Amino acid sequence: MLQVSNLSVARGGMTLLCGVDFSLSAGQILVLRGANGLGKTSLLRCIAGLQNPVEGQIIAPETVAYSGHADGLKGQMTVLENLAFWASIYRGPSPDVALDAYDLHALADRPAANLSAGQKRRLGLARMQVSGCALWVMDEPTVSLDADNVALFRAALARHVQSGGAAVITTHIDLEIASAQLLDLTRFKARGLSGSSAFAEALE
Amino acid sequence: MIQLFWRDIGLSVRSGGGFGLALIFFLIVVILIPFALGPDQAALAKVAPGVLWLGALLACLLSLDRIFGLDFEDGTLDLLATSPLPPEAVYIAKAAAHWLTTGLPLSLAAPVLGVLLNLEFETGKVLCLSLVLGTPALSLIGAFGASLTLGVKRGGLLLSLLVLPLYVPSLIFGAQAVRLAGQGLAYDVALVLLSAISLGAAAILPFASGAALRINLR
Repeated sequence: MLQVSNLSVARGGMTLLCGVDFSLSAGQILVLRGANGLGKTSLLRCIAGLQNPVEGQIIAPETVAYSGHADGLKGQMTVLENLAFWASIYRGPSPDVALDAYDLHALADRPAANLSAGQKRRLGLARMQVSGCALWVMDEPTVSLDADNVALFRAALARHVQSGGAAVITTHIDLEIASAQLLDLTRFKARGLSGSSAFAEALE
Repeated sequence: MIQLFWRDIGLSVRSGGGFGLALIFFLIVVILIPFALGPDQAALAKVAPGVLWLGALLACLLSLDRIFGLDFEDGTLDLLATSPLPPEAVYIAKAAAHWLTTGLPLSLAAPVLGVLLNLEFETGKVLCLSLVLGTPALSLIGAFGASLTLGVKRGGLLLSLLVLPLYVPSLIFGAQAVRLAGQGLAYDVALVLLSAISLGAAAILPFASGAALRINLR
Protein backbone atom coordinates (compact mmCIF):
# COMPACT_ATOMS: atom_id res chain seq x y z
CA MET A 1 0.00 0.00 0.00
CA LEU A 2 2.81 2.37 0.85
CA GLN A 3 6.35 2.11 -0.39
CA VAL A 4 9.03 4.61 0.53
CA SER A 5 12.44 4.20 -1.02
CA ASN A 6 15.65 6.18 -0.53
CA LEU A 7 13.68 9.19 0.63
CA SER A 8 15.31 12.44 1.71
CA VAL A 9 13.22 14.95 3.60
CA ALA A 10 14.03 18.59 4.20
CA ARG A 11 12.49 21.34 6.25
CA GLY A 12 13.29 24.99 5.62
CA GLY A 13 15.99 24.01 3.11
CA MET A 14 17.82 21.76 5.59
CA THR A 15 17.88 18.03 4.92
CA LEU A 16 16.75 16.22 8.04
CA LEU A 17 16.40 12.60 7.02
CA CYS A 18 18.01 10.73 4.17
CA GLY A 19 17.87 7.22 2.79
CA VAL A 20 14.55 6.39 4.45
CA ASP A 21 13.31 3.01 3.27
CA PHE A 22 10.22 1.18 4.39
CA SER A 23 7.11 -0.39 3.01
CA LEU A 24 3.73 -1.05 4.45
CA SER A 25 1.05 -3.39 3.22
CA ALA A 26 -2.65 -3.59 4.02
CA GLY A 27 -3.40 -4.61 7.59
CA GLN A 28 -0.18 -3.19 9.01
CA ILE A 29 0.54 -0.36 11.40
CA LEU A 30 3.88 1.41 11.32
CA VAL A 31 4.90 3.50 14.29
CA LEU A 32 7.67 6.01 13.64
CA ARG A 33 9.73 7.04 16.63
CA GLY A 34 12.41 9.66 16.99
CA ALA A 35 13.46 12.73 18.93
CA ASN A 36 11.93 16.19 18.52
CA GLY A 37 13.01 17.94 15.34
CA LEU A 38 14.22 14.76 13.70
CA GLY A 39 11.86 15.22 10.75
CA LYS A 40 8.93 12.97 11.64
CA THR A 41 6.32 15.55 10.69
CA SER A 42 8.12 16.46 7.47
CA LEU A 43 8.27 12.78 6.52
CA LEU A 44 4.53 12.40 7.11
CA ARG A 45 3.78 15.54 5.12
CA CYS A 46 5.76 14.06 2.22
CA ILE A 47 3.74 10.86 2.40
CA ALA A 48 0.48 12.82 2.51
CA GLY A 49 1.60 14.83 -0.53
CA LEU A 50 1.79 18.15 1.30
CA GLN A 51 5.51 18.52 0.76
CA ASN A 52 7.89 17.47 -1.99
CA PRO A 53 10.73 15.15 -1.01
CA VAL A 54 14.32 16.22 -1.77
CA GLU A 55 14.95 12.89 -3.42
CA GLY A 56 13.62 9.39 -3.42
CA GLN A 57 10.27 7.91 -4.23
CA ILE A 58 6.96 7.45 -2.46
CA ILE A 59 4.33 5.11 -3.83
CA ALA A 60 1.13 5.84 -1.94
CA PRO A 61 -2.60 5.76 -2.65
CA GLU A 62 -3.88 8.88 -4.39
CA THR A 63 -5.84 10.08 -1.40
CA VAL A 64 -4.75 9.45 2.16
CA ALA A 65 -6.37 10.55 5.38
CA TYR A 66 -3.95 12.94 7.04
CA SER A 67 -4.13 14.17 10.60
CA GLY A 68 -1.63 16.83 11.58
CA HIS A 69 -1.04 19.01 14.61
CA ALA A 70 -4.08 21.11 13.70
CA ASP A 71 -7.42 19.34 13.57
CA GLY A 72 -8.98 21.59 10.91
CA LEU A 73 -12.19 22.07 12.85
CA LYS A 74 -14.56 24.98 12.47
CA GLY A 75 -15.53 26.37 15.86
CA GLN A 76 -18.86 27.75 14.68
CA MET A 77 -19.99 24.37 13.37
CA THR A 78 -21.24 21.58 15.59
CA VAL A 79 -19.39 18.31 16.03
CA LEU A 80 -21.81 16.53 13.73
CA GLU A 81 -21.64 19.27 11.08
CA ASN A 82 -17.85 19.14 11.07
CA LEU A 83 -17.89 15.38 10.55
CA ALA A 84 -20.66 15.52 7.96
CA PHE A 85 -18.69 18.11 6.00
CA TRP A 86 -15.59 15.91 5.81
CA ALA A 87 -17.68 12.84 5.04
CA SER A 88 -19.20 14.66 2.07
CA ILE A 89 -15.81 15.92 0.85
CA TYR A 90 -14.34 12.40 0.93
CA ARG A 91 -17.66 10.78 -0.03
CA GLY A 92 -16.95 8.52 2.93
CA PRO A 93 -19.21 6.62 5.32
CA SER A 94 -21.81 8.34 7.47
CA PRO A 95 -20.62 10.22 10.57
CA ASP A 96 -22.60 7.92 12.91
CA VAL A 97 -19.92 5.24 12.89
CA ALA A 98 -17.26 7.81 13.73
CA LEU A 99 -19.38 9.25 16.55
CA ASP A 100 -19.71 5.72 17.96
CA ALA A 101 -16.01 4.99 17.68
CA TYR A 102 -14.95 8.01 19.72
CA ASP A 103 -17.98 8.21 22.02
CA LEU A 104 -18.97 11.61 20.62
CA HIS A 105 -22.77 11.15 20.50
CA ALA A 106 -23.32 13.25 23.62
CA LEU A 107 -21.33 16.09 22.06
CA ALA A 108 -22.83 15.85 18.56
CA ASP A 109 -24.77 19.13 18.77
CA ARG A 110 -22.13 21.15 20.60
CA PRO A 111 -20.24 23.82 18.62
CA ALA A 112 -16.65 22.65 18.14
CA ALA A 113 -15.42 25.92 19.70
CA ASN A 114 -16.77 24.78 23.10
CA LEU A 115 -14.90 21.48 23.14
CA SER A 116 -11.90 20.78 25.33
CA ALA A 117 -8.52 20.06 23.75
CA GLY A 118 -9.00 16.31 24.19
CA GLN A 119 -12.52 16.41 22.77
CA LYS A 120 -11.29 18.39 19.76
CA ARG A 121 -8.59 15.79 19.18
CA ARG A 122 -11.20 13.00 19.34
CA LEU A 123 -13.24 14.84 16.74
CA GLY A 124 -10.10 15.22 14.62
CA LEU A 125 -9.49 11.48 14.86
CA ALA A 126 -13.13 10.71 14.10
CA ARG A 127 -12.58 12.61 10.84
CA MET A 128 -10.15 9.87 9.75
CA GLN A 129 -13.00 7.40 10.08
CA VAL A 130 -15.37 9.31 7.77
CA SER A 131 -12.66 9.76 5.13
CA GLY A 132 -13.03 6.16 4.02
CA CYS A 133 -9.35 6.19 2.99
CA ALA A 134 -7.35 3.00 3.31
CA LEU A 135 -4.15 4.70 4.45
CA TRP A 136 -4.14 6.82 7.59
CA VAL A 137 -1.20 9.15 8.08
CA MET A 138 -1.25 10.47 11.63
CA ASP A 139 1.07 12.90 13.35
CA GLU A 140 1.03 12.53 17.14
CA PRO A 141 -2.59 11.33 17.24
CA THR A 142 -2.76 10.86 20.99
CA VAL A 143 -1.71 14.35 22.05
CA SER A 144 -4.06 15.62 24.80
CA LEU A 145 -5.99 12.33 24.98
CA ASP A 146 -6.50 10.63 28.35
CA ALA A 147 -5.94 6.90 28.89
CA ASP A 148 -9.57 5.93 28.16
CA ASN A 149 -9.57 7.79 24.89
CA VAL A 150 -6.21 6.39 23.87
CA ALA A 151 -7.91 3.00 24.28
CA LEU A 152 -10.77 4.14 22.02
CA PHE A 153 -8.19 5.25 19.46
CA ARG A 154 -6.40 1.91 19.70
CA ALA A 155 -9.69 0.06 19.13
CA ALA A 156 -10.58 2.24 16.15
CA LEU A 157 -7.13 1.66 14.69
CA ALA A 158 -7.44 -2.10 15.18
CA ARG A 159 -10.81 -2.14 13.38
CA HIS A 160 -9.31 -0.07 10.56
CA VAL A 161 -6.41 -2.45 9.90
CA GLN A 162 -8.65 -5.51 10.29
CA SER A 163 -10.80 -4.21 7.45
CA GLY A 164 -7.77 -3.97 5.18
CA GLY A 165 -6.52 -0.51 6.06
CA ALA A 166 -3.05 0.61 7.09
CA ALA A 167 -1.65 3.42 9.18
CA VAL A 168 1.59 5.35 9.62
CA ILE A 169 1.80 7.00 13.01
CA THR A 170 4.40 9.14 14.74
CA THR A 171 4.38 9.21 18.49
CA HIS A 172 6.42 9.97 21.58
CA ILE A 173 4.57 7.66 23.92
CA ASP A 174 4.24 3.93 23.66
CA LEU A 175 0.85 3.22 22.11
CA GLU A 176 0.95 -0.44 23.25
CA ILE A 177 -0.30 -1.72 19.94
CA ALA A 178 0.93 -5.30 19.84
CA SER A 179 0.73 -5.72 16.09
CA ALA A 180 2.50 -2.48 15.22
CA GLN A 181 5.95 -2.40 13.66
CA LEU A 182 8.35 0.06 15.17
CA LEU A 183 10.76 2.12 13.11
CA ASP A 184 13.27 4.34 14.83
CA LEU A 185 14.11 7.18 12.45
CA THR A 186 17.32 8.11 14.26
CA ARG A 187 19.39 5.91 11.98
CA PHE A 188 18.19 7.86 8.93
CA LYS A 189 19.29 11.16 10.41
CA ALA A 190 21.12 13.28 7.86
CA ARG A 191 24.79 13.65 8.70
CA GLY A 192 26.33 16.91 9.81
CA LEU A 193 23.25 18.13 11.57
CA SER A 194 24.38 18.14 15.16
CA GLY A 195 24.85 21.53 16.79
CA SER A 196 26.21 24.32 14.62
CA SER A 197 27.62 22.01 11.96
CA ALA A 198 25.06 23.19 9.40
CA PHE A 199 26.83 26.52 9.54
CA ALA A 200 30.22 24.82 9.26
CA GLU A 201 28.93 22.87 6.29
CA ALA A 202 27.95 26.09 4.55
CA LEU A 203 31.48 27.42 5.04
CA GLU A 204 33.11 24.41 3.46
CA MET B 1 -17.27 21.24 -3.96
CA ILE B 2 -20.92 22.13 -3.41
CA GLN B 3 -20.50 21.15 0.25
CA LEU B 4 -17.50 23.44 0.61
CA PHE B 5 -19.50 26.24 -1.01
CA TRP B 6 -22.40 25.84 1.44
CA ARG B 7 -20.05 25.43 4.38
CA ASP B 8 -18.32 28.73 3.53
CA ILE B 9 -21.66 30.51 3.21
CA GLY B 10 -22.82 28.98 6.50
CA LEU B 11 -19.62 30.03 8.25
CA SER B 12 -19.75 33.60 6.99
CA VAL B 13 -23.38 34.04 8.05
CA ARG B 14 -22.81 32.60 11.54
CA SER B 15 -21.31 34.60 14.37
CA GLY B 16 -17.80 35.83 13.73
CA GLY B 17 -18.11 35.13 10.03
CA GLY B 18 -17.89 38.74 8.95
CA PHE B 19 -21.02 38.73 6.82
CA GLY B 20 -22.41 42.25 6.72
CA LEU B 21 -19.05 43.79 7.53
CA ALA B 22 -18.57 44.75 3.89
CA LEU B 23 -22.13 46.10 3.69
CA ILE B 24 -21.68 48.28 6.76
CA PHE B 25 -18.33 49.55 5.46
CA PHE B 26 -20.00 50.41 2.14
CA LEU B 27 -22.81 52.21 3.97
CA ILE B 28 -20.35 54.26 6.04
CA VAL B 29 -18.24 55.24 3.02
CA VAL B 30 -21.30 56.40 1.11
CA ILE B 31 -22.62 58.35 4.11
CA LEU B 32 -19.24 60.08 4.55
CA ILE B 33 -19.04 61.29 0.95
CA PRO B 34 -21.65 64.09 1.26
CA PHE B 35 -19.86 65.29 4.42
CA ALA B 36 -16.61 65.46 2.50
CA LEU B 37 -17.91 66.99 -0.73
CA GLY B 38 -20.64 69.24 0.62
CA PRO B 39 -24.41 69.09 0.14
CA ASP B 40 -24.48 70.29 -3.48
CA GLN B 41 -26.95 67.82 -5.01
CA ALA B 42 -25.89 68.32 -8.61
CA ALA B 43 -22.24 67.73 -7.74
CA LEU B 44 -23.11 64.61 -5.74
CA ALA B 45 -25.19 63.13 -8.57
CA LYS B 46 -22.23 63.71 -10.87
CA VAL B 47 -19.72 61.77 -8.75
CA ALA B 48 -22.23 59.16 -7.51
CA PRO B 49 -21.51 56.40 -10.08
CA GLY B 50 -17.76 56.50 -9.48
CA VAL B 51 -18.05 56.82 -5.72
CA LEU B 52 -20.54 53.94 -5.42
CA TRP B 53 -18.43 51.66 -7.57
CA LEU B 54 -15.28 52.56 -5.68
CA GLY B 55 -17.06 52.03 -2.36
CA ALA B 56 -18.27 48.58 -3.41
CA LEU B 57 -14.78 47.69 -4.64
CA LEU B 58 -13.11 48.70 -1.37
CA ALA B 59 -15.79 46.92 0.65
CA CYS B 60 -15.09 43.78 -1.37
CA LEU B 61 -11.38 44.11 -0.57
CA LEU B 62 -12.03 43.95 3.18
CA SER B 63 -12.87 40.27 3.40
CA LEU B 64 -10.44 38.90 0.81
CA ASP B 65 -7.75 37.65 3.18
CA ARG B 66 -10.37 35.62 5.05
CA ILE B 67 -11.18 33.55 1.95
CA PHE B 68 -8.22 31.23 2.46
CA GLY B 69 -6.61 32.72 5.57
CA LEU B 70 -8.93 31.19 8.18
CA ASP B 71 -8.76 27.72 6.63
CA PHE B 72 -4.99 28.00 6.35
CA GLU B 73 -4.58 28.88 10.02
CA ASP B 74 -6.67 26.07 11.47
CA GLY B 75 -5.22 23.40 9.20
CA THR B 76 -8.38 22.87 7.13
CA LEU B 77 -6.58 23.82 3.92
CA ASP B 78 -3.93 21.12 4.49
CA LEU B 79 -6.68 18.58 4.95
CA LEU B 80 -8.52 19.81 1.87
CA ALA B 81 -5.28 19.50 -0.10
CA THR B 82 -4.99 15.83 0.91
CA SER B 83 -8.66 15.19 0.12
CA PRO B 84 -9.93 14.09 -3.30
CA LEU B 85 -11.04 17.67 -4.00
CA PRO B 86 -8.69 19.40 -6.51
CA PRO B 87 -7.39 22.90 -5.53
CA GLU B 88 -9.19 24.40 -8.53
CA ALA B 89 -12.51 23.23 -7.08
CA VAL B 90 -11.57 24.65 -3.67
CA TYR B 91 -10.88 28.00 -5.35
CA ILE B 92 -14.14 28.02 -7.32
CA ALA B 93 -16.21 27.08 -4.26
CA LYS B 94 -14.56 29.75 -2.12
CA ALA B 95 -14.70 32.52 -4.74
CA ALA B 96 -18.37 31.74 -5.41
CA ALA B 97 -19.20 31.78 -1.71
CA HIS B 98 -17.34 35.09 -1.33
CA TRP B 99 -19.33 36.62 -4.16
CA LEU B 100 -22.66 35.43 -2.78
CA THR B 101 -21.92 36.82 0.69
CA THR B 102 -20.19 40.04 -0.43
CA GLY B 103 -20.66 40.98 -4.08
CA LEU B 104 -24.36 40.21 -4.34
CA PRO B 105 -25.44 42.03 -1.13
CA LEU B 106 -23.33 45.03 -2.16
CA SER B 107 -24.99 45.08 -5.59
CA LEU B 108 -28.46 45.01 -4.08
CA ALA B 109 -27.65 47.68 -1.50
CA ALA B 110 -25.98 50.06 -3.97
CA PRO B 111 -29.16 51.56 -5.55
CA VAL B 112 -30.60 52.21 -2.08
CA LEU B 113 -27.42 53.92 -0.95
CA GLY B 114 -27.40 55.80 -4.28
CA VAL B 115 -30.37 57.79 -2.97
CA LEU B 116 -28.01 59.36 -0.43
CA LEU B 117 -25.91 60.65 -3.33
CA ASN B 118 -28.91 61.91 -5.29
CA LEU B 119 -28.65 59.12 -7.84
CA GLU B 120 -31.85 58.67 -9.84
CA PHE B 121 -33.67 55.39 -9.38
CA GLU B 122 -33.49 54.51 -13.08
CA THR B 123 -29.72 54.98 -13.01
CA GLY B 124 -29.66 53.00 -9.76
CA LYS B 125 -31.05 50.01 -11.59
CA VAL B 126 -28.17 50.17 -14.07
CA LEU B 127 -25.77 50.51 -11.13
CA CYS B 128 -27.21 47.36 -9.58
CA LEU B 129 -26.93 45.49 -12.88
CA SER B 130 -23.35 46.68 -13.46
CA LEU B 131 -22.35 45.54 -9.98
CA VAL B 132 -24.03 42.14 -10.39
CA LEU B 133 -22.07 41.67 -13.63
CA GLY B 134 -18.82 43.20 -12.36
CA THR B 135 -18.40 41.98 -8.77
CA PRO B 136 -17.83 38.32 -9.75
CA ALA B 137 -14.54 39.49 -11.28
CA LEU B 138 -13.69 41.23 -7.97
CA SER B 139 -14.28 38.02 -5.99
CA LEU B 140 -12.45 35.84 -8.51
CA ILE B 141 -9.40 38.11 -8.78
CA GLY B 142 -9.43 38.66 -5.02
CA ALA B 143 -9.53 34.95 -4.24
CA PHE B 144 -6.67 34.45 -6.69
CA GLY B 145 -4.65 37.12 -4.87
CA ALA B 146 -5.51 35.47 -1.56
CA SER B 147 -4.20 32.13 -2.80
CA LEU B 148 -0.96 33.81 -3.89
CA THR B 149 -0.34 35.50 -0.54
CA LEU B 150 -1.24 32.42 1.47
CA GLY B 151 1.11 31.87 4.36
CA VAL B 152 2.63 35.34 4.16
CA LYS B 153 2.49 36.82 7.65
CA ARG B 154 0.19 39.85 7.65
CA GLY B 155 -0.29 39.39 3.93
CA GLY B 156 -3.39 41.60 3.92
CA LEU B 157 -1.57 44.70 2.71
CA LEU B 158 0.40 42.76 0.11
CA LEU B 159 -2.88 41.25 -1.06
CA SER B 160 -4.40 44.72 -1.53
CA LEU B 161 -1.35 45.90 -3.49
CA LEU B 162 -1.54 42.85 -5.74
CA VAL B 163 -5.25 42.92 -6.32
CA LEU B 164 -6.11 46.63 -6.65
CA PRO B 165 -4.35 47.17 -10.02
CA LEU B 166 -6.20 44.15 -11.37
CA TYR B 167 -9.49 45.73 -10.29
CA VAL B 168 -8.94 48.80 -12.51
CA PRO B 169 -10.64 47.48 -15.70
CA SER B 170 -13.77 46.44 -13.80
CA LEU B 171 -13.90 49.83 -12.10
CA ILE B 172 -13.49 51.74 -15.37
CA PHE B 173 -16.23 49.91 -17.27
CA GLY B 174 -18.57 49.61 -14.28
CA ALA B 175 -18.51 53.30 -13.42
CA GLN B 176 -18.60 54.16 -17.13
CA ALA B 177 -21.84 52.19 -17.65
CA VAL B 178 -23.56 53.96 -14.75
CA ARG B 179 -22.31 57.39 -15.87
CA LEU B 180 -23.58 56.84 -19.41
CA ALA B 181 -26.94 55.67 -18.08
CA GLY B 182 -27.15 58.83 -15.96
CA GLN B 183 -26.64 60.95 -19.08
CA GLY B 184 -29.29 58.98 -20.97
CA LEU B 185 -26.78 57.45 -23.38
CA ALA B 186 -26.38 53.83 -24.49
CA TYR B 187 -24.43 51.89 -21.87
CA ASP B 188 -24.66 48.33 -23.18
CA VAL B 189 -21.09 48.20 -24.55
CA ALA B 190 -19.64 48.99 -21.12
CA LEU B 191 -21.81 46.27 -19.55
CA VAL B 192 -20.72 43.74 -22.15
CA LEU B 193 -17.04 44.53 -21.51
CA LEU B 194 -17.67 44.32 -17.76
CA SER B 195 -19.22 40.86 -18.16
CA ALA B 196 -16.32 39.85 -20.40
CA ILE B 197 -13.86 40.60 -17.59
CA SER B 198 -15.87 38.48 -15.15
CA LEU B 199 -16.18 35.60 -17.60
CA GLY B 200 -12.50 35.80 -18.54
CA ALA B 201 -11.52 35.71 -14.86
CA ALA B 202 -13.80 32.72 -14.30
CA ALA B 203 -12.19 30.89 -17.22
CA ILE B 204 -8.52 31.49 -16.44
CA LEU B 205 -8.08 32.12 -12.73
CA PRO B 206 -9.17 28.69 -11.37
CA PHE B 207 -6.09 27.17 -13.00
CA ALA B 208 -3.77 29.97 -11.90
CA SER B 209 -5.11 29.82 -8.37
CA GLY B 210 -4.97 26.02 -8.29
CA ALA B 211 -1.27 26.20 -9.19
CA ALA B 212 -0.67 28.88 -6.53
CA LEU B 213 -2.39 26.75 -3.88
CA ARG B 214 -0.33 23.70 -4.83
CA ILE B 215 2.90 25.66 -4.53
CA ASN B 216 1.96 27.36 -1.27
CA LEU B 217 0.84 24.18 0.46
CA ARG B 218 3.95 22.24 -0.50
